[in-house]
Parts: sequence; C-alpha cells; structure tokens
Amino acid sequence: MDWLRALLYVPEAASSVADRVDALHVFVITVTMVMATYVFGAAAWFAIRFHRRREGQLTEELRPSRFHEIAIISGLTGTFVLWWVLGYEQYVTMTSPPEGAQTVYLEAKQWMWKFTYDDGRSTNDVLVVPAGKPVKLVMSSRDVIHSFFVPQFRMKQDVVPGRFVTTWFEAKAPGEYAILCAEYCGVSHSRMRGEVVALSPEAYASWRRGDGSGPATTRADCGGGPGSCGDADLVTFGREVAAKRACVACHSFDGQRHVGPTWRGLFGAPRTLAGGKRVVADEAYLTRSMMEPLADVVDGYPPLMPSYQGQLSAAETGALVELIKSLRDAPESPGVALPRLEVRAVTDAGVVPSRGGPSP
Amino acid sequence: MSTVDDARALAPAEPFSDGPGQAHAARLGMWVFLASEVLLFAALFTLFAASRTQHPAAFHEGVAHAKKVLGSINTAVLLVSSTLVALAVQVLRRGRTRVAGLLVAGTVVLGGVFLAIKITEYVEHFGEGIQPGGRGAFFQEHATRGLAEFWTLYFGMTGLHAVHVVVGMTLLSIALLGILTGRITAPSAHRLEVFAIYWHLVDLVWLFLWPLFYLA
Amino acid sequence: MTTLPIAPDVAREPAPSSSPIVRAPSYLGVDTTLRSWLVTTDHKRIGVLFFVALACMLALGGFFALALRLEHLTPERTLMSAHTYNRMFTLHGVIMVWLFMIPSIPSSFGNFLLPMMIGARDVAFPRLNLASFYVYVAGATLVLLSMFASAIDTGWTFYPPYSSSTPTALPLALLGVFIVGFSTIMTGVNFIVTTHTLRDRRIGWMQMPLFVWSVYATSIIQVLATPVLGMVLLLVVANNAFSWGFFDPARGGDPVLYQHLFWFYSHPAVYIMILPGMGVVSEVVSTFARKNPYSYKAIAYSSLGIAFVGFLTWGHHMFVAGMSRFDAGAFGLLSMLVAVFSAIKVFNWTWTLKRGAIRMRTPLLYVFAFLFLFVFGGMTGVAVATTSLDVHWHDTYFVVAHFHFIMVGGTLTAFLAAIHLWFPKVTGKLYSERLGMLSAALVFAGFFVTFFPQFLLGNGGMPRRYFDYPPRFQALHVVSTVGSWVLGAGLVVTLGYLLHALFWGADAGANPWGSRSFEWRTPSPPPKHNFREPPDLELGAYDYTRPLEGEPREPEAAS
Repeated sequence: MDWLRALLYVPEAASSVADRVDALHVFVITVTMVMATYVFGAAAWFAIRFHRRREGQLTEELRPSRFHEIAIISGLTGTFVLWWVLGYEQYVTMTSPPEGAQTVYLEAKQWMWKFTYDDGRSTNDVLVVPAGKPVKLVMSSRDVIHSFFVPQFRMKQDVVPGRFVTTWFEAKAPGEYAILCAEYCGVSHSRMRGEVVALSPEAYASWRRGDGSGPATTRADCGGGPGSCGDADLVTFGREVAAKRACVACHSFDGQRHVGPTWRGLFGAPRTLAGGKRVVADEAYLTRSMMEPLADVVDGYPPLMPSYQGQLSAAETGALVELIKSLRDAPESPGVALPRLEVRAVTDAGVVPSRGGPSP
Repeated sequence: MSTVDDARALAPAEPFSDGPGQAHAARLGMWVFLASEVLLFAALFTLFAASRTQHPAAFHEGVAHAKKVLGSINTAVLLVSSTLVALAVQVLRRGRTRVAGLLVAGTVVLGGVFLAIKITEYVEHFGEGIQPGGRGAFFQEHATRGLAEFWTLYFGMTGLHAVHVVVGMTLLSIALLGILTGRITAPSAHRLEVFAIYWHLVDLVWLFLWPLFYLA
Repeated sequence: MTTLPIAPDVAREPAPSSSPIVRAPSYLGVDTTLRSWLVTTDHKRIGVLFFVALACMLALGGFFALALRLEHLTPERTLMSAHTYNRMFTLHGVIMVWLFMIPSIPSSFGNFLLPMMIGARDVAFPRLNLASFYVYVAGATLVLLSMFASAIDTGWTFYPPYSSSTPTALPLALLGVFIVGFSTIMTGVNFIVTTHTLRDRRIGWMQMPLFVWSVYATSIIQVLATPVLGMVLLLVVANNAFSWGFFDPARGGDPVLYQHLFWFYSHPAVYIMILPGMGVVSEVVSTFARKNPYSYKAIAYSSLGIAFVGFLTWGHHMFVAGMSRFDAGAFGLLSMLVAVFSAIKVFNWTWTLKRGAIRMRTPLLYVFAFLFLFVFGGMTGVAVATTSLDVHWHDTYFVVAHFHFIMVGGTLTAFLAAIHLWFPKVTGKLYSERLGMLSAALVFAGFFVTFFPQFLLGNGGMPRRYFDYPPRFQALHVVSTVGSWVLGAGLVVTLGYLLHALFWGADAGANPWGSRSFEWRTPSPPPKHNFREPPDLELGAYDYTRPLEGEPREPEAAS
C-alpha cells in the first residue's frame, strides 16, 4: 500500500478513515486506467487492423447487437454505482462524529485559524489534539469562506460565515500535520496554513494541565479575552455570555419551562419540532438554533427567538454550547418562580404578547 | 459577375421561402426565448423562496407594509393591457388595421400607467426611508432580521420586471409603428403576435410578483 | 408545395459556360470589402468572425496560462506578486470559460455548418445572428476593459462573501460576462429554431448529422441555464457595487445558496463546452473510418440525456460546502448517471472504427488524443463525484487536472480536430498534413506533460489558487510548466501552417475527405446561399456502403 501511495503521490494516511479512503482511491484509479487503456488500445488496434486499403473503399453498415448495448450500459452503470455505494458509505462515516468526541471550536478569518478548547484556552494556527481519540470541530468563519483541509487526514470542510459546520477526525499517531486553506479567500490565501499537533495521551494530558510542556508552538494564545489561557473554563465563560447576551431571559438552567426550552438535560436529548420532525440536540442543532432560531422550533414554543448570527464569536458560541453540555445532568429545582417577561413578537396574527413564564 | 448577381449577393440571405414557415419560426423563437426569460426570474424566485423560509416573520411584516392598493391597481392595469394586445392580434388578422393600431396604442399607454404607479410606489417607499440593501431610516426602527432582504428583493424583482415592461413597451411601439406605416398587416400579423406573447410574459410574471409582495 | 427551393434564383441561372471549373463566387468571393464582412448576415461569415474573435481570446487566455505556469517554477514569488497572480488566474478562468470555451464550437463551427448540415440557406434569424456576434464583442470588450481597471481577483466562480467586498473591478467584468450570456442565448434560440423549421424535408431527425444533434442539445442548455447565471451575476454586481447584501450572512443571507444558483448554471455549462466537441468527434470518426456510427441513436439520445441529467448534478461541486448528507448522496448518484451517457458515446466512437476503412489524418489523430484524454478526464470526473474521495480532492490540483483534461484534452482537442476537418470546407485550401500531424503530437504530448503531474499534485494535497506552495511540490510543478511550453509551441505551429495554407495552400476540391456529411455536397468554399441547387440527399450522412457521385468505384464492391 505504501508503494502505491508513493506512486500516486498520496501523503501518509494519518487518520482513522484515511486507509479506507486510499483503498477506494486506488481501486477507482486502477479502473480508470484500465478503461482508458482499453478504449485507447481498442481504437489503436482498429486503426491498424482496419486501415484504408484503397481510395474510395466502401464499408458495410454495422449495427450494435441489443446484447452488446445492454452489456455496456449495465456494466458502466454497475461500476459507477459501486463507486458511489463505497464512496457514500465512507462519506457518511466521515461526516458523522462519533459519540464522545472531544469538541474544539474553530473560527477562521483572513488569514488565520483560531481554535478554542473546552477548557477555555485558545490557540492560533495550531490545533492540539490527543492522538487516537476522535476530535470534533465546530467551525465558523468571521469573514469569507475558508476550507479546513488536512491532506494527511483526507478531510476537508468548508468554513462558511454565518453557519456552524461540524466535522471530525481521529489522528492515528502523534505527529504534526499541515492544515491548508482550500477555498480561495483573498490575497494571502496560500499563506493561510496551520498545523495539527497530535500528542500522545501523556503529552496531551500535560498540555491540558498547562505546565508548559509540549512543543513551543502549542502554547496557548493569551490575548484572546475572557476564557483564554484557561483563566476560566469554557463553561464559566458560557455563563457570562448567557448573562451578557440575555439568553437567561428566556432559557432556564434548571429545567423550568420558560419562554424558551430549558437548557437542563437539553444536550443530546431528542427534540420534537413544530413540524413533527424529530432531531437530536447536538452541537450542530444548538449552533443552528442560535443563528437561525426559527428554522427548527421545538414543538410547543412560540417562534420568538432573535437570531444571533454575526453577533456571537465562535468562542462565545462554543462557550454556550459547552455550558449547555454541562447542564446535561444539572439538578432540577422546581418551585422557583421566574419573573414574568413581556416579550412581544410578530406572528402571523400580528403583534401579540408572548405566553410568558408559567406560574408556579 | 453580372449585376444581377451583385444585387442578389448584397441582399440579406433570406432563409425562408414562404411566409407561414417564417411565422412559425418567429413564434417558436419567441417561445424558446420566453423559456429563457422564465429561468431568469426563476433564479430570483428561488432566492425569494429561500429567504422567506428563513425569515417568515420579516416577510410577513414586509408584505403588511407594502402598498396593497397601488399593487392591485397595477395588476388590473396589466391584465387589461394584456387583453387589449390579445384583441389587437385577433383584429389585425381580420384585416382591421386601424382598430388594431388603437388597441396596441392602448396597451402601450397602459404600460406607461403601470410604470407611473410603480414609480409612485418607489418614491413613497424612498420617502419612508426604505432603500434597497437595508439602507434608510426605516430599517433603524424596524430591525427585524430579514426585513432588509425582503425590501431588497422587492426592489430587485419589481425593478427587473419594470425593465421588462419598458422592453415590452418598446417592442409594441415598434409594432405600432409597423402597423401605422403598413408594414405589419393581416398576412404579417405574426410580427405583432410575437411581441404580444412577450407582453403576456411580462403580465404573467407580475401575476406571481403581486401575491408574493402584496398579498401573502 | 412539393419541393423546397434551396436557392431558387441561382437554380434558374443559365448553366455556367462550357469549362467545368468556372467558379461562381463563393461566400468569400461575393464581396471582399471589410464592410461587407462587418454587416454580413451570412451565417458562414458570422461563423468566421466568431472564429477569429475566439482565437484571439484563446491566445489571450493561453498567454495568462503560460504566465501562471511560469510563476509556479518556484514555490515562492517567481515573477509576479500574489495579487497579480490572483487576478491572472481569475482572468484566465473568465476568458477561457466564458469568452472561449462556451461559445467556441457552437458559435464558430456551429454557425458555419449547422444550416448546411440540414440543407438550409441560413439560420432562422440571420440578423439576430449578427447581433449575437456584436453582443459577444461588446461583452468581451467590457471584460478586457476591466483588466485595465484593476481586474478581478475572485476566481471565476465569484463566491460571496469574498466577491461582495473585493475592491477590484468586479462589476465591470461581470457585466461583460452577463452580456456575453445574451449572445449565448441568442445563438441558442437561433439554432433551436433553425433545426426545427429549416431542415430540408428530406432530412428527418434521425438523418441529421450527429454534430447537429450535439449543437441542438447544447442550445437547449444554453437557453435554459444561461439566464440563471446572468441573474446571479447581477446579484453579485449589486452586492459589490451597491452592497445590497444578498448572500451576506451578517444580514441573514446564505453564501451557500449562491453556490447552488451558480452551479445550477455552471455545471450544465460544462456540457455546453463538451457536447459540441463530442459532435465533432462523431463527424471525424465516421469521415475518416468511412463508417456509419456504431449506434446513431445512442449518440443522439445520449446528447439529450446529458443535456437533461446535466441539470440535476450541480450539487457535486459542494460536497464539502456543508450540504446535508442526503443531498450529497443524491447528487453523487445523479452524477454517476450523467457519466454513463458520456461513456456510451465513447464506446460508440471506438466501435465505429471497427471494420471501417481508416485513414490516419490530422483530425483523426486529434480524435485519438481526445479519446484517451477524455476517457481519463471523464473517469476522474466520476472519481471526484465519488463522495468520500471528493473530500480529499475538492479544490486541489486534482480537480484542476480533471477539468483541464475535459476542457483542454476534450474540448480544445475537438476544436482543433474541427479546425482540421473543416479547414478545406471553410477556405477551400489544404494544409500540410505533415505539419498537422506534428503539431497534433506536440499538443498531445505538451498537454499530457502539463496536466498529468497536476493529478499527482492534487493527490498530494496541493490546493488550487495557491500563489506560494509547500516546496515539496516543486518538482511536479516544474514538469507541468515545461509541458505548458510544449503545448504552447504546438498551438503556435498550428497557427503558422494554417495561416500559410490559407494563402498558399493547395486547392482542396469540394470534398477532399470523401465525407458523406451534407455540408460537403456543395463546393468548398460554399457559395453564398450554401447550395447552388438542391443538394442530392439520396445518400445518407453516414452511408459509406455505396460510392458518392464522382468517387472512384471500387473493383469489388463491399456486399
């Protein structure tokens, strides 16, 4: 396999999915080569075998047999559909983060990558991850479209402003792997590079403790505002954000029904939407609900929430998600009356007062 | 080379040898072109649909603010004009050139009325501080997300439609000139007909814009 | 009426004098003033005008390509700044895609040949045809003018939000492209109507030369897809010039929606570019193998199949743009389907050669190059439509190599084949076969050396539109750059001997290849109204079982 990689100029396979992708790659390219050679060889053979012998030579009219036509069409369709099945199966794996993956928030901008970890630290252009463990990236862009590309992992995902996109990878072994921007983003597009640093479990644990070990490049950026450098973890930062952005006006932390659904036990729970659709509240759902709240309204709640698109940074969004995650098993405290809120919103029937909070 | 040869060589190559063939080609050409036009608007309708799905509340708010009366009058104006031009084709086929000319002139005038009302609407909106691209004082007070997009789409789509009205009026004026100078008569009624077909498209597009921007 | 007089006036003319080689003036000879060319409504002259304009665009786009390749000789700056590089690859793309590839074969050869191939005197709307040329010139001029006003640096796809904020002359260039789109639509409408209404009554749908089928299918795509692009470009202009904010996430828009609308046009546009080339290949193969197409219907219907299914595959450009898994699967599967249609054509061309009477001439040599390059390019296209593989290849040099195999290896090669096949028809002259073969070999070798390494670069993870690149990629880049010189040399040689042949070439005679296709049943170059008298259509366009009138008879006729 390695000599095949060298022949095809494919870099080492450093992620958990890379070997399977490479196997399909080799299969597909081999079929391509065989087909091209076959067609060209057949044409060349016919050109020699049936070269013109006289001026004005006549030929007889040939028609394809039905069998030949059906054989060719079904052969081709079969081959292509086989590729599709294999490729799509891998694609589903590549786009489905496994349960329990560690989450890192990524904000891209011209022309750098900023990573925020769940302990509140952030790094620029260097992503520190544990080897052998799945890592989920929740990504957004601050300006134009970028694309997060790690050739050795065979993974790539566009980072689109106004959207949070998730992707994941698992580095097989400790090492350093180049990050490239693959979507043209302006004059320094080709300089927008970074590095994934995969550490062994021990090295990673010590990096998490922040005792200064590990490669120099992995040191956290300490100018990133609240939450950077591990002054406070992301959950604490999330509480600040929730207060500052007035999320708490409508969402409770303790299971009380309010204008909006409570955040307690929300993460990972199945939700029934207004249209009857059922979804699981994962990172993608939560970030989407912040940016496009009216797209997926939970059944029984009024469609009131304003969009926070363009107002929350990736770090703030990440902090909120981490906060919600931390409230998965938060204690329930019934009986506390919440202040009745006057939230007004426009609905189909015009301007109506909201239902407000429930009375105890 | 003989002079006869010369004269013929300079004449435009007329591909058709008979009138009906030419008329058929002209009609077919216009229909194919209309398919193209429909897709031009389809791109904008897609954009409208996508935005509306994303911001239903803002789009309701926008529609509520639209000039319903003016928009509905305009619908009537266009429908009547379309009827007139359809009648003109029928009348011209029967050889009543003068009546046909009058009907076409009426269509063009109604097109002008439509534009005048449209401009009134634009001016009023500008006065309220509504400008495309979310600029203007109106959007300071009404910050509903997606409202700016509604009004940008409103100006973009009705503006593009207005351009089509102008083009249609120009074409019909040319046809009117042809009728007055006797170049378009009963046998060549298809020349008026293709322009009339175009005018119907202009009308039809409005019949979709009207509910989207004024009624929904 | 029983017969459709093709050129009634000419038919009534007294027979030319006793000498059989008296030549009534061809379309080239009727009037030679510059004015007569500029205001002509003759589809043949308009075809020639388009050809000249297109050749200039090809030269300009090619010049940019050579400069870009030169820049990549070293991993850092070689001869231009990053900003210049960005503008140059954008212009290369814009010029090659919109000013050369899309109009290339339909507007030049389609214009020249389509009416003749269906026994018509002209296209249905000759004046519209001339207008389409000037609209093209106007649009192209705007694009070229933008070069002097800071050009554009967005890449030919103009993705927002970047295109909304770029300070370059984007509105000017995009308006140019928008106007060129009008020209495309005009030509498309004209061809569709011409095919429907001006076909000689003796030529049924299933008797038309296959080139007509491919141009007809292309026209359908042009008419239906171009307006969507035009609209989208206008929106981008409105964003950039007036900050209208469509697709702007800060105002609630979605940049990915732009990509959907853009590729709704631009994927079918790929078929606008390749379908006419496929038509040329069908003609060349039959002509030089003296053989009926293996399955006429399969080739004709697959053109229509490509035209329709091509509208449903645009999503495969966006597998990593954040589309849902279901969408990715559906678009992936539909993309596989469209590949089947192309593959059907490839098998048909190859099997047409079987039991033919093949003579290797420059056009056929180009078609052999086409077969190899197109199969490779097409199959790698299916490879990149394979969802999981696309994740790695998307926006890398693999994709660049793939579409250059289709666009250059396919369309440009077919364009060159068309030039060599129809050069005697258009000019009445013969070019040097030896130089033709030589330059075909140069073009093929140069092309292969230029673009094959780019597949490997893409495998290695080299993203496209990179000014600087990691030094480990340098060796392959150097090979690619050297290849581009060979390719350029091949094209210059071609231009040289064709110009030479234009002035000093030997007389070609009416039908130097012995082709059965209908455009050869009139003198070369053809008279102004194509046919002096209704052509003899007794023999089908691909009937090589019987000799053509005046052809040397075989001693033993094939049974």
